Amino acid sequence: MLLEIKDLHAGIEGREILKGLNLRVNKGEVHAIMGPNGSGKSTLSKVLAGHPSYEVISGLVSYEGKDLLEFEPDERARMGVFLAFQYPVEVPGVSNSQFLRLAYNEKMKHLGEEELDPLEFNDYLKEKAKIVEMDPSFFKRSVNEGFSGGEKKRNEILQMAVLEPTLAILDETDSGLDIDALRIVAEGVNKLRSENNAIILVTHYQRLLNYIEPDFVHVLAGGKIVKEGGKELALELEEKGYDWVKAVSGKP
Amino acid sequence: MTASAVTETIYTKDFLEFIGDSGDELAQLRRAAFDHFSVVGFPTVKNEEWKYTNTKPISDARFEISDLNSGEAPIERVREFKYDRNGVTALHFAFAEFFVVTIPAETSIAEPIEFKFTNGDGHARFPHLIVIAEQGSKATIVESYEGESACFTNAGTQVFVAANANITHYRVQKESPDAFHVGTTEVTLGAGSLYDSTNINLGGAIARHDVHVNFTAEGGEAFVDGLYMLNGYQHSDTHSSIDHAVPNCISHQTYKGVLSDKSRGVFNGKVFVRENARGTDAQQSNKNLLLSNDARVDTKPQLEIFNDDVKCSHGATVGQLEDEEMFYLLSRGINPALAANLLTYGFAEEIINKISIESIKRDLDEAVLNRLHVSLEV
Repeated sequence: MLLEIKDLHAGIEGREILKGLNLRVNKGEVHAIMGPNGSGKSTLSKVLAGHPSYEVISGLVSYEGKDLLEFEPDERARMGVFLAFQYPVEVPGVSNSQFLRLAYNEKMKHLGEEELDPLEFNDYLKEKAKIVEMDPSFFKRSVNEGFSGGEKKRNEILQMAVLEPTLAILDETDSGLDIDALRIVAEGVNKLRSENNAIILVTHYQRLLNYIEPDFVHVLAGGKIVKEGGKELALELEEKGYDWVKAVSGKP
Repeated sequence: MTASAVTETIYTKDFLEFIGDSGDELAQLRRAAFDHFSVVGFPTVKNEEWKYTNTKPISDARFEISDLNSGEAPIERVREFKYDRNGVTALHFAFAEFFVVTIPAETSIAEPIEFKFTNGDGHARFPHLIVIAEQGSKATIVESYEGESACFTNAGTQVFVAANANITHYRVQKESPDAFHVGTTEVTLGAGSLYDSTNINLGGAIARHDVHVNFTAEGGEAFVDGLYMLNGYQHSDTHSSIDHAVPNCISHQTYKGVLSDKSRGVFNGKVFVRENARGTDAQQSNKNLLLSNDARVDTKPQLEIFNDDVKCSHGATVGQLEDEEMFYLLSRGINPALAANLLTYGFAEEIINKISIESIKRDLDEAVLNRLHVSLEV
């Protein structure tokens, strides 16, 4: 078991948003977490990544057999947890390649492996950039500064490609993407999908799942998983809408 | 000579020795300047212009003045320096050592012209740089101050940018953290001229830079940008004054400050738009990043506008590192100290990135990164 979440209660600013969430994820699996606005999707993403504004009230999150909640956000990242942001942050003045090399080398240091110098890293980065069809001209530019919505999301997947996480959480990666950008991002994720990692796709819409086929679909409503199934559940949900789930689960 | 009519100062003996019995116009100006200093002394915090910068540690200290070299300077330019702004400028002018560079008309000089001023432990030095950019000329001037010792540098710079000339000016102050540094820059802009300056202030226990820009004909454009990055007990004060005395000139000011420990920064930016200066475009921004609870910054924009047909804006911010930016870097496995330094570096980079000479940019990058204890090769 790579990730096991047991009866997780969490929230922000004293407001409980997750109310007893359970989830089990194995390596090699892709899980889609779907749900209407306000169901707690983003809270789950932020809690797993360790965002300081979110507070865990009770419950357990075990990652590779360790209590994930005990670790700081940067430690979690070095342990292989990656969050692709719904709204990637701009970091003016720091180039993409500087940023990525620092992050990569921090992870290598953690793993006791050799760090890459700028030249070596540049070659590595060029290879990875092909995965999301990103032009090397983006390396010199400040992180996400002046990037279009689609470029920012591609940059998130490039970071995922560089850092090779064991558990990747993609928070609304499809939001704000046109069809071409969605295809590129989805194909990138498919290339990164492997037996050695797991991916959690957090999404409102089924659209992304046409491109990235999940093994499991979980429907989140009112801070709990209310329905689970295979990829066909996403289609059913698309057809019947979230009201159907709310009705089925008896939640408002 | 009226020196006997005014108070004797700790500089009097050195001055009399330096000036000797020369009687040319420069010597007379020097005497007048020294008299002025003798009467007004160092500015005190009671002076509105100096209320945040206490010069007492400088005025109380004794410095060695030796091997002064007057240098040669065109008197018609020297005469224009307003030595009577305050006691510091007067003292500077009395002892000024002149360095002059002239860019001939319609000449473009690709290589940067560099002036590197150093100062010895316990010494006072008074460098005075005069840049004369004749009509249609183009050049880059690098003026730097560095030292490892406790010293007093009291500098003056005059930049004359004639019609359609284009001067890029980098002023880099990297004195030791024990040094005292005071500098006054006067810029005069002709028709259609461009003056683009970047002022980097990293050193000094007490550092002050005053920059005065005067537009004398239409179509001039000036960039007065800068960075102060302070730690320990450093104190750095920038006073700028941009005088739109004629119509249709443009001025931009972007100053950024990074303050750690118990350091203190001051930014006072004045813009004057005179009555007939229609079509003026003046922008000013001062952003500060406070990295410690004990650091402090006083920022004061001051716009005096006497014409309606103008575009003026100013803004000042004092803030800390953004939580969301921090979390983003942490979520990529970068440790908190490195993440904070990286964001700080990014903040300062907006100013440093302007510098088009690779060697200077690299040097400053390194200085900034060293201060942040980050190694960031690309």
